[in-house]
Amino acid sequence: MKVLIPGVAGLLARIVARKMLDRGHEVVGIDSRPWGDPPKGLTLHTMDIRKRSAEDVFRSFRPDTVVHMATVTHLLKKSSDDRYRINLGGTRAVFDHCNTYGVPNVIFVGRHTYYGAGPDSPLYHTEEEPPTGANTFPELADLVAADLYAGSALWRYPNLGTSVLRLCYTLGPSKHGTLAAFIKGPRVPMVFGFDPLFHFMHEEDAAEAIIAAAEKKVRGVFNVSGPPPLPLSIIIREAGRTPIPVPEVIFRMALGRFGLPSLATGAIAHIKYPIVIDSLPFRKLTGFRFKYDAPATLEAFAKASPVG
Amino acid sequence: MSLRDEVRERIDRLEIPFNRYGVDPYGISKKHLALWYTALGLLYRDYFRVRSYGLGNVPKSGRVMLVGNHSGGVAIDGMMVLASMFFDMEPPRLAQGMVDKFINRIPIASLMSCRLGQFTGLPEHAVHLLRDERMLMVFPEGTRGTRKLYWERTSLVQFGSGFMRLALQTKSPIVPFGFIGGGDAMPTVLNASRLGALVGVPYVPITPYLLPVPIPVPLAVHYGEPIYEEGSGNEDDATIEHKVEQVKLRIAELIEQGEKVRAGRAPRLTA
Repeated sequence: MKVLIPGVAGLLARIVARKMLDRGHEVVGIDSRPWGDPPKGLTLHTMDIRKRSAEDVFRSFRPDTVVHMATVTHLLKKSSDDRYRINLGGTRAVFDHCNTYGVPNVIFVGRHTYYGAGPDSPLYHTEEEPPTGANTFPELADLVAADLYAGSALWRYPNLGTSVLRLCYTLGPSKHGTLAAFIKGPRVPMVFGFDPLFHFMHEEDAAEAIIAAAEKKVRGVFNVSGPPPLPLSIIIREAGRTPIPVPEVIFRMALGRFGLPSLATGAIAHIKYPIVIDSLPFRKLTGFRFKYDAPATLEAFAKASPVG
Repeated sequence: MSLRDEVRERIDRLEIPFNRYGVDPYGISKKHLALWYTALGLLYRDYFRVRSYGLGNVPKSGRVMLVGNHSGGVAIDGMMVLASMFFDMEPPRLAQGMVDKFINRIPIASLMSCRLGQFTGLPEHAVHLLRDERMLMVFPEGTRGTRKLYWERTSLVQFGSGFMRLALQTKSPIVPFGFIGGGDAMPTVLNASRLGALVGVPYVPITPYLLPVPIPVPLAVHYGEPIYEEGSGNEDDATIEHKVEQVKLRIAELIEQGEKVRAGRAPRLTA
């Protein structure tokens, strides 16, 4: 396959790019962020996906698969106009170019946080469910908008094989991602009296799932997960950290101080309530099976990111 | 065997796929179950001396909905049915209730109900659990049922029809049950809604002795024969209502039967 990866310098995207190259695919990447030592065989264009020069990459390379990973999905970062523009503006540019240059398959890599967390949202979300929680969590709104925008390509561009993936949290040696950032420190705060399930998978498995979606050319919206979820307290302990239950009022004040991670206030619902997804349709269509179970994933993270 | 050891041994025999952390895919935890069922065991056996009748009507495995009457202010009936399925069934079964939405907003209550498999009453939860061959416990009267006052205790109020559509949709058998004595254990004379709003619950049941604490009266659960209904779950309201009425009638019969049995067993408590 001729694969174009916008957002290739992201840590998960790098794993996807390497694996794609290993499997003999031709890979071109676009990113405005630097990547010091890209793997051999990868053509890297350092540019903003929304700029005219990026369109030229589509025109000259003529990819048959685009894996769009140029979205900011980090829930720990405060929302900004810029982030909103990157997610929506970038996604629009990718789909427009795919349509203009007749790309057969495009994959939008989104997040399971699309569903939102709240006291009355169910466990094991299915793809038909609407997003909730964006109203209480503006940082999530752009992610939700980008997801729905990508999904609308299914009817706007019927010739384009679109697949929208909603990946659960990833964890692994790269120490990258929302969950990894949250449990980075030796002490991890929890909201007293709450211990939600967290759905996570090894980043290698996440990359394999994205590649499976590309190779099987699945069309539609899919939840992607690995092993069943675990309570946050167990994740924290198994990663060698100490959970510190803090009453919610104090929790809000203490964030970003005393070595605790900084967190957008809307994200607190995500530490009180679970987001768990049902990924059966994806597994059925692609045959994807995870390689790393929860203990192996936590071990890989803890080894790469020891405390102290 | 001590109660604690017995509880542990029974948890190990539950048909629940616990992982190496002792947690199932829904987050149900062996550690929390042990704590909970030890407490329930004391209430079930020593405090209320609950008797279960008709256990042979309850399937030993596979999806099933236990559907019964609600009473007694704080859902003692629900807890005792959980205990009945755990302590008196062979092998023990984990009944999973559908709890009111407010529970999930309260610290600790949220955590405990999640770890014990007592999830918010959402249709998505019910369908998923039944498809996973779990045992669902449903009180179609909802909080209308627990709000019953002392003199209404053996009556049945309006049944919701959601449970019937779920049963049809998932092809699950319904085991009706009559719970006897819930309204005697918690003789509510008034439901204080404003007081409830202050502490974050729908209401606080007020008893003649003021506190919403149940008194140790003998309780009983009568399980009836399973009902297998045919359909898709997309029938019109009238058809569903008719099926619901039949289940309600069956439960009323079980309550009547239970009250008769109890009349011969212990003197009726007068408030």
